[in-house]
Amino acid sequence: MSKKIYITGLGIISAIGNNVEETLDFLNKQKSGVSSLDNIVSRYQHQLPVGEVKASNDELKKLAGIEHLPDNTRTTYLGIIAAKEAVKNAGINNMKEFRTGLISATSVGGMGITENLWFDYLNPEKTGEWLRYIETHECGDSTESIAESVGATDYVSTISTACSSSANSIMFGARLIKHGIVDRIIVGGTDSLSRFTINGFMTLMILDNEHCKPFDAERKGLNLGEGAGFIVLESEEAAKGKTILAELSGYGNSNDAYHQTASSPDGAGAYLAMEKAFKISGLKPENISYINAHGTGTAINDLSEGTAITRMFGKNVPFISSTKAYTGHTLGACGGIEAVFSVLAINHNTVFPNLNYKNQMPEVEFTPTTELLTNQKIDHVLSNSFGFGGNTSALIFSRHN
Amino acid sequence: MEAYINGLSVISPQNTFNNSDFLSEPVVYTTNYLSCIEPSYKEYLNPTLARRMARIIKMGIAASNICMKDANVAMPDAIITGTALGCLEDTEKFLWAIIENEEQFLTPTSFIQSTHNTVSAQIALQLKCMNYNFTYVHKGFSFESALLDSLMTIAEGEAQNVLTGAHDEMTDKYYKVCDRIGYWKKENVSTFDLINSKTNGSIAGEGAAFFMLGAQKGENVYAKIRGLKTIYKPESAAEIEKHINQLLAEKGLTINDIDVVLYGINGDVQYDHVYYNLKDGLLKNSSATYFKHLCGEYQTASSFAMWIAAMILKTQNIPHAILIGENKRKPIKNVLIYNTFLNIDHSLLLLSAC
Repeated sequence: MSKKIYITGLGIISAIGNNVEETLDFLNKQKSGVSSLDNIVSRYQHQLPVGEVKASNDELKKLAGIEHLPDNTRTTYLGIIAAKEAVKNAGINNMKEFRTGLISATSVGGMGITENLWFDYLNPEKTGEWLRYIETHECGDSTESIAESVGATDYVSTISTACSSSANSIMFGARLIKHGIVDRIIVGGTDSLSRFTINGFMTLMILDNEHCKPFDAERKGLNLGEGAGFIVLESEEAAKGKTILAELSGYGNSNDAYHQTASSPDGAGAYLAMEKAFKISGLKPENISYINAHGTGTAINDLSEGTAITRMFGKNVPFISSTKAYTGHTLGACGGIEAVFSVLAINHNTVFPNLNYKNQMPEVEFTPTTELLTNQKIDHVLSNSFGFGGNTSALIFSRHN
Repeated sequence: MEAYINGLSVISPQNTFNNSDFLSEPVVYTTNYLSCIEPSYKEYLNPTLARRMARIIKMGIAASNICMKDANVAMPDAIITGTALGCLEDTEKFLWAIIENEEQFLTPTSFIQSTHNTVSAQIALQLKCMNYNFTYVHKGFSFESALLDSLMTIAEGEAQNVLTGAHDEMTDKYYKVCDRIGYWKKENVSTFDLINSKTNGSIAGEGAAFFMLGAQKGENVYAKIRGLKTIYKPESAAEIEKHINQLLAEKGLTINDIDVVLYGINGDVQYDHVYYNLKDGLLKNSSATYFKHLCGEYQTASSFAMWIAAMILKTQNIPHAILIGENKRKPIKNVLIYNTFLNIDHSLLLLSAC
């Protein structure tokens, strides 16, 4: 059984780039990828600020390199683009060499299509080739298409725990390697914007109608986003002789058990998740160089997370930023996307800034990093992801020596 | 990786939830849409709370509640569930409202409850359980993934007792939608005629099942989970056989040790051959049983099968309602469940008597 979990490949697509290289360039430019909603016909089109991937479904299909296959959902295209990049980045040419699986995560799966065709599905007088989209609704459907696109089918599954989904897929994947069930696994998540999600968050009244301001005293809510992030995890045996980008050294999941959608003011669940991640990694809070916070920009999340971080780190909070102002909150994909950011932070000795921040939150003792910091020794990154249903997760990424 | 089943409960289209009867008088259905026989929820939920809750959430909470009492465990160390479609009724409600009202006048309740992890989250909330909480949503692997995670969690020493469950509901609308792509039979089939059906499609079902899995044997122990395997799109019957042999070999068992096999036979002539290949071939010496005529077809139906397998092992009785042919074996030590959803996601689950 592998004791260490090596990260050998990264793949990403979001509002700030269609691949790792574009994403890193954008991060370094310190500007937001949040723009107005364009690709979805909605009451909020051309108005609502969102982190949208500026490509049509046809363009994404081409980018995914699956023009020969039937049309699929935007969630699937985004996932295939990121998963293929991660596999290529890991230098995997022969999938059969080791037992390889894929775990994806998503909050709404194929809802982007279901919401357009639902009434037609229910109308027996309407029929057509489009009926095959019925099967793309299930969350697991995008995962199977993604797994097949890279040939990683020795273990396939999907997690949906709202906004912590892809952090949990990374955690589950690492454990599958530790238990010897697979040797390598591609883990992360994918979510596309949909009217379902936009309207859902509208009813909760937690969307900012301007650019989100995580950890700012004047924050008004989150911006939704879309994208996919996948990383390749390998056992010590499978990764032998390969370039290792980082290690996944710790992980923890807990439940806030406070409210179905709201986080507890004391961040009890968040604290427990971080505590578990420290226990698994054998690290202590003072070892952390940078926290990539969940930091959505809602009043409740940032207070809850900020309080938990203050409790955990005291007056010695390391560099901390939320990158949600770059990408928007990509829901089921954010843990995967931010895992890529965390590994990039280690590899490029960089802290990515918390954009749009101005005013100190009175309830916390830390101030987020607001400028790009380079030439920093970033050895251990803590990445938090929290979701509805009190689901709280923390991952620790570490430099490989 | 192994664990004891120390408590259980399943809400299904049969009278199963309080474990007092083991399918001695099965409910016979003559339509292709089976709905659960639900308990009275006032025993498990505050009525004010229950009024606002979707049916599947109530079923999940009630089943988990009965299961915990059955195992005499007040606080699980982890809650891990599987559901392919999550909270379908609320998803449809919110979807309908968005389209019908052109994205106006919406209220958050159904959106909040539509989240796939609502049931596991609500159980945690009711119990104030801050422990590990995961929800798997992968079609025919949803329950199997939850089960594997549970076994791993116990093996890691992170939990003594894991509350593991599965839930999927059927709705009128989703029944109609799936009917359009051939999921269900066009003609009505009665419960005990399903196995002889020679047409495409199956019958729709639903259920909520919970199990208390323990690192240690509990007082009310039912069976032991020995292992499981999931196989995505096996290329041939031989590949499935290879996995069965591997699973048995890992446990020091052979084909002859399998006393009973529970097959996911669902009357769909397109796919049932995968079961008969084994029943009449590799596993021909084991007693053959089936279950989907009683619960209907749904992505997490293997959780209903695990309830049956655990009950067989504890009671040493195979109800007539599930037998294909005669029971050839006594005592019953090992039960194998073999299930597939649409011949894509295949799973094997091995249980032994305690």
